[in-house]
Amino acid sequence: MQPVIDIQDLSFRYREATTDALKHVSLTVNPGEWVAIIGRNGSGKSTLAGNIIGLLEPERGSVTSGHVTVSGLPLDDEHVWDIRARVGIVFQNPDNQFVGATVADDIAFGMENRAVPRAEMQQRVQAALSAVGMTDFAEREPARLSGGQKQRVAIAGIVAQAPDIIILDEATSMLDPAGRRAVIDLVTQLQQERHMTVLSITHDLDEAARADRIIMLAHGAVADVGTPAEIFTRGTELAANGLDVPFPEQLKVALRARGVSVPDDYRTEKGLVDYLWTLRSTM
Amino acid sequence: MILGRYIPGDSPIHRLDPRTKLLGCFYYIGIVFLANNWITYALMFALTLGLLPLAHVRLGFFLRGVRAIIYLILFTVLLQLFFTTGGHVWWQWGWLTVTSKGVVNAVYILCRLVLIIFASTLLTLTTQPLGLADAVESILKPLKPLHVPVTELALMLSIALRFVPTLMDQTTKTMNAQRARGVDFGSGGPIKQLKAIVPLFIPLFVSAFSMADDLATAMEARGFRGGDGRTRYRALAYHRGDAVAVVLLVVLTVVLIVLRTH
Repeated sequence: MQPVIDIQDLSFRYREATTDALKHVSLTVNPGEWVAIIGRNGSGKSTLAGNIIGLLEPERGSVTSGHVTVSGLPLDDEHVWDIRARVGIVFQNPDNQFVGATVADDIAFGMENRAVPRAEMQQRVQAALSAVGMTDFAEREPARLSGGQKQRVAIAGIVAQAPDIIILDEATSMLDPAGRRAVIDLVTQLQQERHMTVLSITHDLDEAARADRIIMLAHGAVADVGTPAEIFTRGTELAANGLDVPFPEQLKVALRARGVSVPDDYRTEKGLVDYLWTLRSTM
Repeated sequence: MILGRYIPGDSPIHRLDPRTKLLGCFYYIGIVFLANNWITYALMFALTLGLLPLAHVRLGFFLRGVRAIIYLILFTVLLQLFFTTGGHVWWQWGWLTVTSKGVVNAVYILCRLVLIIFASTLLTLTTQPLGLADAVESILKPLKPLHVPVTELALMLSIALRFVPTLMDQTTKTMNAQRARGVDFGSGGPIKQLKAIVPLFIPLFVSAFSMADDLATAMEARGFRGGDGRTRYRALAYHRGDAVAVVLLVVLTVVLIVLRTH
């Protein structure tokens, strides 16, 4: 299968930095896959996202090498706008990425840029609004929306563009737990209905646990790749990379300290509950 | 304070095209200066006040709103009253004189100012800022061949409007954060007050820069390549009400020209 994002040996350095923000990063993402990129602050996660859609161009950094191919298009001056048309990105701060004066205007912004005819725009704005459950908010101004609602609008703007790939660049980091879950559920639903590829850059474990594959970055290089189950069992390594250990893993460590034997492989909460009650069962 | 505020509604005035309202308001302010006798001023007042019920605005609310600039009006009127020379001298004290011409001029100035303020307040009360931004873009469009970046200007205007509440929030937050650290806003002499503003302004500027940076990145990521070759989601359209408004203004102009004294 042709990977939808193919990064080969990518290095990048910001203009006034002394070390590379990305060092020989190679990774591929398959169509329809949900990949989470995790790592502590400054590990190069957002730089990677910026490189995928050409926001951080070689001219802006002093050292850039490697190849990025998105949807079969090489990332270069000629193709960068085509690539951006196929990739929708939701950034961290819901306030600072809201361009339009109202919800409907913001959703239409990307289509306006691509000269979509007005009649079609109206149709697609309506469809996108109902896809994210914000139909009643079309004429609202951003100041009157909550953070979670603004992120839904940002996602609706992407849905209206119908891209192949969604990048969530810490899109849920400024939301409360309920808003976070709602946004992740929404993206999950969109991914399944529209067969989109999702690349989520996150510190949030629920979001990472949702992924098919996790890529861990440390100091600008790929430190580890694996399924959530594989990655989450590496408790100390996670902690060393500035990440939380999921609750079942924390519980296992505490149980082991008290002499209860627990399995080494990763269990979800439900999996651990199942294990514990069979352990207690004397039948 | 209702000057410059928008009150949502669905009156015939609200429904007018923003271009009609903006140009109509300018035109109206222009023809206010045609009026030069009691009949013409009475006519203008009757018409302006007649627009209020049509816009579903109560007179009391309107008057209370424009009360804020009463001192400005009084100041101008008094200047006219005391410093106009000519006609009968009714009262004199040093270089202050009240003459018949002065009184007439002062009253005219008062009428003009009030009419202009009423008309422009009515415009902002019944037109969304966004509609005004669209109107400005549409009106400036003929300047495009002269290399005036009309689309970019309109985009800047609409982004500026969109960020007003966001920046207000930011200002309140920063003020409270600085208060919590012991900054005392709004007390002491002018120098002290100016100094207290520094810890408010600098963080505000810095955060405006970072907002602009984030916004530019988000716009670029969404395919923004400049003002050219874009389509528009919002579109303005003239309706029958706009034609009625234009006819009314023309009739008013003719009547004013007929009734004014030479």
